[in-house]
Amino acid sequence: MMVVMKKIIFTMMVLAVSAGCAQAASEADYLTAFTAAESANKEAGRLRNQWTVTQAALTAAKKAAETGNFDQALKSAQEAEALAKASIAQATSEKQRWKDLEIR
Amino acid sequence: MTATRLALTLTVALGLGASAVAAADKPDPVADAKAFQQFFVRKFPKVAFDDFVNGPYSMNEDMRRQWEEKEQFPPYEFALEAGKEMFSKPFKNGKTYADCFPNGGIGIRQTYPYFDDKEGKVVTLELALNRCREANGEQPYSYVKDEMAALTAYMAFTSRGKRFDIKIPDDPRALEAYENGKEYFYTRRGQLNFSCASCHIQSPGERIRAETLAPALGILNAMPIYRSEWSGMGTTSRRFVTCNSQTRAVPLEPQSDEYRNLEYYLSYVSNGLPVSGPGARP
Repeated sequence: MMVVMKKIIFTMMVLAVSAGCAQAASEADYLTAFTAAESANKEAGRLRNQWTVTQAALTAAKKAAETGNFDQALKSAQEAEALAKASIAQATSEKQRWKDLEIR
Repeated sequence: MTATRLALTLTVALGLGASAVAAADKPDPVADAKAFQQFFVRKFPKVAFDDFVNGPYSMNEDMRRQWEEKEQFPPYEFALEAGKEMFSKPFKNGKTYADCFPNGGIGIRQTYPYFDDKEGKVVTLELALNRCREANGEQPYSYVKDEMAALTAYMAFTSRGKRFDIKIPDDPRALEAYENGKEYFYTRRGQLNFSCASCHIQSPGERIRAETLAPALGILNAMPIYRSEWSGMGTTSRRFVTCNSQTRAVPLEPQSDEYRNLEYYLSYVSNGLPVSGPGARP
């Protein structure tokens, strides 16, 4: 019985450590996400349609990375990329859609 | 013979169709301005045409009464006096602003912005003032407030009552600038997905948080303005920058081509309305 309990506890510990390792973001993960976000935001800038919230998310990502919190840094970088992509989609669709609002 | 006639008919029909499409796409500022003004006149039948330049005060009786009382000692008065003094004070080279403008800069606000055929771009009053300074060896001012607001306040004051008279010359570049200004006005931007038109066409007179939105018609006739929200004066540039920020869009640089074109469009469609600047807003 004691042997079985020890095995169960050991297995649970191994699983817990493995799960922890799988969730923790590395600096490399953050850098990849940050580069993608910056690139998308640059494209939004080329379209003259950047959003203030994208810049705020990029700044938050950088700050989190500086404190070594790569989970938060990755999350903020991914948010920045999603916002930048939304601003690109807006600028692209508005190229034609603005005409719907025009008073004629 | 029948086949030839059919082919001819089809060619004519297609040709007419193409012409109709081309005509629909061709910019027509005169028709635009007429439709724009009619929209507001129909939407607000009780508002006198000239009163649109008074923004939210033309839409709300309580606000109007408060504003009329405030006008006894208007909050833009200090800027106006400072602007008058600055306008007449010579530059280091002895020249003044009057040397840079037609009619010595007095009573000319209603003709700005204009399309400069040499540059091929729109020139606003703020831009012309800074160009005047630089041409006379002076540093340019910030476009958004303080000295620039004071100078434009004085120049607007000397033009009060004069009707906007913005010209679009027969130049494809001028028409393009006008069209680009129109596109900017109607284009949604920022995380909030607002265009200038979302507030100032669709919702004038309505509240957005604590503010009563002004109609787009005549909105620039009151510039520059003292805003209680800013605790100071602001120029047209400041208004555009702030509007963009409020929609969570990154504002463009003051006097960027886009803002210059926007000012050109908005001023043109307000032709015929009097200059009321400098103004005061909550």
